Amino acid sequence: MPDQAPISRPESRPYLFRGQPAADTWTLVREGEAPVGGAAILPLADWLEAAPGATLAPWLPADTELTDELARRLLDAPLIAVDFPKFTDGRGYSLARLLRERYAFAGEIRAVGDVLVDQLYFMTRCGFDGLSLREDQWLEDAQRALGAFSRAYQPAVDQPEPLFRRRERERARPRQEAPAYA
Amino acid sequence: MYRYDTHDQTLVNERVAQFRDQMERYLAGRLSEEEFLPLRVQNGLYVQRHAPMLRIAIPYGMLASYQLRKLGDLARDYDRGYGHFTTRTNLQLNWPKLETVPDMLEELASVQMHAIQTSGNDIRNTTTDQFAGVAEDEEVDPRPWCELIRQWSTFHPEFAYLPRKFKIAVTGAAEDRAAIQVHDVGLRLWRDNSGEVRVKVLAGGGLGRTPMIADVVREDLPWQHLLTYLEALVRVYNQFGRRDNKFKARIKILVKALGIEEFRRRVEAEWAHLKDGPQTLTRQTVESVAAHFVDPERRPVSAEAIAAFERLRGENRAFARFVTNNVAGHKVPGYKAVTLSLKRAGQSPGDVTAEQMHQIADLADAYSFGELRVTHEQNLVLSDVPVDRLEALWNELQALGLANPTVGTLADLICCPGGDYCALANAKSIPVAQAIQERFDDLDFLYDLGPLELNISGCMNACGHHHVGQIGILGVDKKGEEWYQISLGGAQGNEASLGKILGPSFSREKVPEVIDTLLQVYVGERSDGETFLDTYRRIGLKPFKERVYA
Repeated sequence: MPDQAPISRPESRPYLFRGQPAADTWTLVREGEAPVGGAAILPLADWLEAAPGATLAPWLPADTELTDELARRLLDAPLIAVDFPKFTDGRGYSLARLLRERYAFAGEIRAVGDVLVDQLYFMTRCGFDGLSLREDQWLEDAQRALGAFSRAYQPAVDQPEPLFRRRERERARPRQEAPAYA
Repeated sequence: MYRYDTHDQTLVNERVAQFRDQMERYLAGRLSEEEFLPLRVQNGLYVQRHAPMLRIAIPYGMLASYQLRKLGDLARDYDRGYGHFTTRTNLQLNWPKLETVPDMLEELASVQMHAIQTSGNDIRNTTTDQFAGVAEDEEVDPRPWCELIRQWSTFHPEFAYLPRKFKIAVTGAAEDRAAIQVHDVGLRLWRDNSGEVRVKVLAGGGLGRTPMIADVVREDLPWQHLLTYLEALVRVYNQFGRRDNKFKARIKILVKALGIEEFRRRVEAEWAHLKDGPQTLTRQTVESVAAHFVDPERRPVSAEAIAAFERLRGENRAFARFVTNNVAGHKVPGYKAVTLSLKRAGQSPGDVTAEQMHQIADLADAYSFGELRVTHEQNLVLSDVPVDRLEALWNELQALGLANPTVGTLADLICCPGGDYCALANAKSIPVAQAIQERFDDLDFLYDLGPLELNISGCMNACGHHHVGQIGILGVDKKGEEWYQISLGGAQGNEASLGKILGPSFSREKVPEVIDTLLQVYVGERSDGETFLDTYRRIGLKPFKERVYA
């Protein structure tokens, strides 16, 4: 087993938007915390009670049951965050897919909470385009992890076509169109 | 047998590179123990009692000879010269070095193999009938469907962090040899009146701490919808399965808590959105996968050759024993499926040496078109042997110690690695298996007992499937000591049932004697032609209990 060397911690949470490091203009407000000035991501229940606006967004707890009624409200949000209380909690992946695929939410869906490098690729496939990583995560590792795979078997938000369909297209394509490797 | 195309190969290669990167970050201290754990187990890497363990996937039990040779190379070069076939038809290497696992995975990738999702809270290796494609009682060949499920479940982005592990078993035969009633999802493929494939979908079966027989979710799903339906079902589980208690996190607990009607309603409601979506299968898709599982070019076996085989069987008692026990019927006259027994005294059930792996690979090439199957009873199968070659094969197997004519008997017991290797185990299981095999080694006695399944697990995680053993043995911890609880009446197959506990547990030394008493009760009580299970089902637990605790 390796020694667990102390990890140098950057000052704030690394943030990627559509795969690129970006400035984060939102503040995440947890339950019981007082909102600070500027754009804020509030607990879902607080957001539902607040006046709608471009500077207030909700974060969904992992156990949110996404009913049609709730989804209709959420479609007005400028951004929807989904909380990962623990990086091994997989409920957020389903929530993001449902928001994108079933309810066609077009704004940013952001992963918040225990968001680590090695889960980002699957998160992106499920429709997360904003990734607010835990403070100790390294951006260079994160960007490398996002490029781990060049293709996938299943359709998801990033790729509407299953691999078996792509194979059929490729087989149907006339041979001369195949790239020539001299 | 499925062969990778560029896409499959690229994905497996990229997986190796990804894991190498993760291992480097772990060794550099940039990834904590806790954060590395789910990543390594999704690549089959456990940290065990004595050393790491690598569990290599053998998708739906199908193995090519060149792959088995590579497994032998790995066991020799990276381990202590042997491997262990598991009840999930995977291969475990018990002594690899942590740092060399990325290299091992790279070697596996060179023969279209991997260790993806052999552990972790994800969709595990799908299992099926070991006689798929050759069984006489087969309605639908399950292998193309298993391959479609393999692809769908591999790196599924939504289902990598389920509440708990998720196991799927598939059968397409009249007799269920894949234990579909005790899986998270069991699929029975069948044909409707127009010859179209339909799928009976079961959910919520399982062994482990809370054993349960599965409920039927859907009787007659049209084949086109297999993947969308599975996606809906697993999504319901991902969202609503319990995550607060590891021991209540399997889908069986959810199905039971909701009731099968409510569970079905949720799955169908979810499926209504996914039905006819992009993952809907077309005839073209299924046919292109099925093209990998075409029959080998079997030469015809003449009627004279078949007659000669039957003659030999009549004349040679030892050969006849082997044929009766270890050789199964085949859909093509003149061909047989031969089970290589990995059970014998002095060796852990399911263990094979590196040298044997190489030798078995050669036999597969010489006798069975270079293909093998791994069974969930921890044996190997050569599925396409012409009867005029059976005697020669039998002679070779005898020389290798793989012809023990005891398949399906008490000696063919199932056994997990137990406390000798596994960090989870409460008790050792291998010494119990060996003691039983030593005590009951008389072939005539074994044959007189008839078909009998004895399964041993070293803890309630039930890797040794003790709940479905007609005699089940479970290792338990009593104040730091290893004790063994015995159950009776479990069964796999179409009439699956869970065993009932006989009574207070026993010390390890007592176990063979208790088994002996149970067998005496059976022999005394059985009426003509009754198997152990038949007798148990007729007379119940009481007579056994009275004698054992007298």
